[in-house]
Amino acid sequence: MTSRMSVLVLGGSSDIGRAAARAFAEAGYDVGLAGRDAAALEPDAADLRARYGIEANTWTFDVLDTASFEGFVAGLPALPDVVISIVGLLGVQQNAESDLAHATTIMRSNYEGPSLILGLFAERFLARGSGTVVGVSSVAGDRGRASNYVYGSAKAGFSAFLSGLRARVSRGGVHVVTVKPGFVRTRMTEGMKLIGPLTVDAPVVGDAILNAVEKKVDVVYVSGKWRLVMLIIKTLPEAVFKKLKF
Amino acid sequence: MTLVSGWGRFPVVDSEVLRPRSFGAVGEAVVAGSVARGNGRAYGDAAIGVARTIGMTGFDRIRSFDPATGCIRLEAGVLLSDLIDSFGPRGFLPFVVPGTRFVSVGGAIAADVHGKNHHGEGGFGRYVDSILLRTGQGETLEISREQNSDAFFATVGGMGLTGVVLEATMRLRHVETGWIREHVISASDLDAAMRALEAGDSATYSVAWIDCVARGNDLGRSLIYLGEHARADELADGADRFPLGKTPGLAVPVDLPSMTLNRLSIRAFNELYYRMGARRAGRDHVVSLYPYFFPLDGIADWNRIYGRRGFLQHQCVIPQADARAVLADILDRVSRRGDASFLAVLKKLGHGDGLLSFPLPGYTLALDFPVRGDILNFLDEIDRIVVAAGGRIYLAKDARQSRATFEAGYGALSRFNAIRKSLDPAGNIRSKLSQRLFDEV
Ligand SMILES: Cc1cc2nc3c(=O)[nH]c(=O)nc-3n(C[C@H](O)[C@H](O)[C@H](O)COP(=O)(O)OP(=O)(O)OC[C@H]3O[C@@H](n4cnc5c(N)ncnc54)[C@H](O)[C@@H]3O)c2cc1C
Repeated sequence: MTSRMSVLVLGGSSDIGRAAARAFAEAGYDVGLAGRDAAALEPDAADLRARYGIEANTWTFDVLDTASFEGFVAGLPALPDVVISIVGLLGVQQNAESDLAHATTIMRSNYEGPSLILGLFAERFLARGSGTVVGVSSVAGDRGRASNYVYGSAKAGFSAFLSGLRARVSRGGVHVVTVKPGFVRTRMTEGMKLIGPLTVDAPVVGDAILNAVEKKVDVVYVSGKWRLVMLIIKTLPEAVFKKLKF
Repeated sequence: MTLVSGWGRFPVVDSEVLRPRSFGAVGEAVVAGSVARGNGRAYGDAAIGVARTIGMTGFDRIRSFDPATGCIRLEAGVLLSDLIDSFGPRGFLPFVVPGTRFVSVGGAIAADVHGKNHHGEGGFGRYVDSILLRTGQGETLEISREQNSDAFFATVGGMGLTGVVLEATMRLRHVETGWIREHVISASDLDAAMRALEAGDSATYSVAWIDCVARGNDLGRSLIYLGEHARADELADGADRFPLGKTPGLAVPVDLPSMTLNRLSIRAFNELYYRMGARRAGRDHVVSLYPYFFPLDGIADWNRIYGRRGFLQHQCVIPQADARAVLADILDRVSRRGDASFLAVLKKLGHGDGLLSFPLPGYTLALDFPVRGDILNFLDEIDRIVVAAGGRIYLAKDARQSRATFEAGYGALSRFNAIRKSLDPAGNIRSKLSQRLFDEV
């Protein structure tokens, strides 16, 4: 047993997941990486151990398999201090418009699964009297846009879940962080046209998450510029908004 | 297809850029005319595939590290900056670093990069024990000095042309601190500069910044920077043992009009730089390793200073015997032109290890020129002097030398080609550089 803090990263193989894991490991946390294919996460765990001299483990976790969640949490050898959900699926909006199965997968991957698993951890943290829950949501959840509202609506649901959870558990010593990264250069956005000044690299998001956890920030827009952009987008009247093409 | 260029932003050419996520996908990405690309810090066309360019920076994991020996196994896309930031605070640094820390391990192996310690400690490849190589033929080989040694010595310095480096095992240097004890010498002309570098042979690090607009009696006036790793007891009280490298703050936001760099501004800059440096001469200072090794890294995207048309670096090495006279001739021609930039570096090199490694015992001179006017003709003229002296031009910086210059300089080329052929009979691995300089036409 060590007295180090520990973090569990759900969706550990994503670029943001890897960046967050590195940021926490560098700060001295032991790290658990969870994803669909635990073996595929082993090289990342080895990287963290070699670089930072911390403990790193891997776990199998599938966000669509909600029936496994109770068993997953119960099976962890110790409750982590921090749990981060980076799980998400951008999907293809055009397909989701007619393919209900695809739309369902997007909704479940971005809302149902992440909310349920973080809710479960929050209950355990409440019982212990401490812990931090981090949900990586999206600026896309701030307003539904014609070009990606299936994804956006699921993220909106997730953001609302997190804010409600925060309001309920904060008095019990549990902190809930909502992260809205905006554009990030990752595998998910490869080949997309991103707006340079509004785009950050994954390590910037990793550092922002660590900072939010340590400083107990509630909602983080990773690039401060997004707060302003989304404020404007949110306050546009619907009559104007529906005529805009995004 | 995407427009791609090297750090000098010349030439700009079309190539399909892929970023595979697994070693298996790297293998599948290799088609006829592919080459690996690290962090794109080679100046010219070395890291651009004829058809396809395979981006490797996503492979950035450390596999294992043994703090008892400093032995590390890592993926080829790990940047030296990342390695320094992660392992520096634990007392370990790469043995060899080039003038920018934003290069990948794969790129450092492929160019067998030299640092300010080449005269005594050799190049990057000397500290690499083994390499996991994906050849053009589709094999994955573990290569070392003992195992597949031909492939090993062709890969170190081989500019990516033997295949894709996936992983490497290398040794890190143990250091007490992240500081360098620096000793500055001012030299009033070329003779003095070369004497100071000769005398600096016993120093771990040595390099001269040379004023290449100074003429006449001042020709070759320089500041020589010698350096040693500082011990913990040499630090000022309260100093951090390992200072952290800042991410470049200042960035050049746009391409500056090439007017900005003209004779007058360069002359003024060099005058000021020389005088400021000369004032620090004589005494020892302890400086952070970052400004000592990577003076230009503080300004992001500084390559944009040269304007949209890009710039050329000319880096040659002249064998020891005639170095004095040949360098004086080159510097004289350069100073009469007056448009070489403030970045002119003179340094002593030792033996190179790989078949195509650039270093040979003698002096290397590196100069930057904006792309304009008759610069290509001028550099051909300098090349003739280099070739006549038995010297050669550095491939990692090159965008324009001729086949004849290249063939004259690299005596081991035919051996290299034979090994390359055995690893890749179909000739799948080809870069714009190899197409320009040595693939069969
Ligand atoms: C400011 C500055 C200062 C420099 N100072 C020095 C110096 O002091 N000494 C010195 O020696 N060099 C110096 N260089 C050059 C630089 O060190 C080399 O060009 C180095 O190869 C760049 O590494 P990279 O990862 O950016 O590789 P790239 O530029 O992307 O590629 C360079 C070569 O490496 C090959 N390559 C890259 N990755 C792999 C891989 N995984 N497998 C196989 N081949 C691969 C490419 O095919 C290409 O031939 C400097 C460059 C700059 C911009």
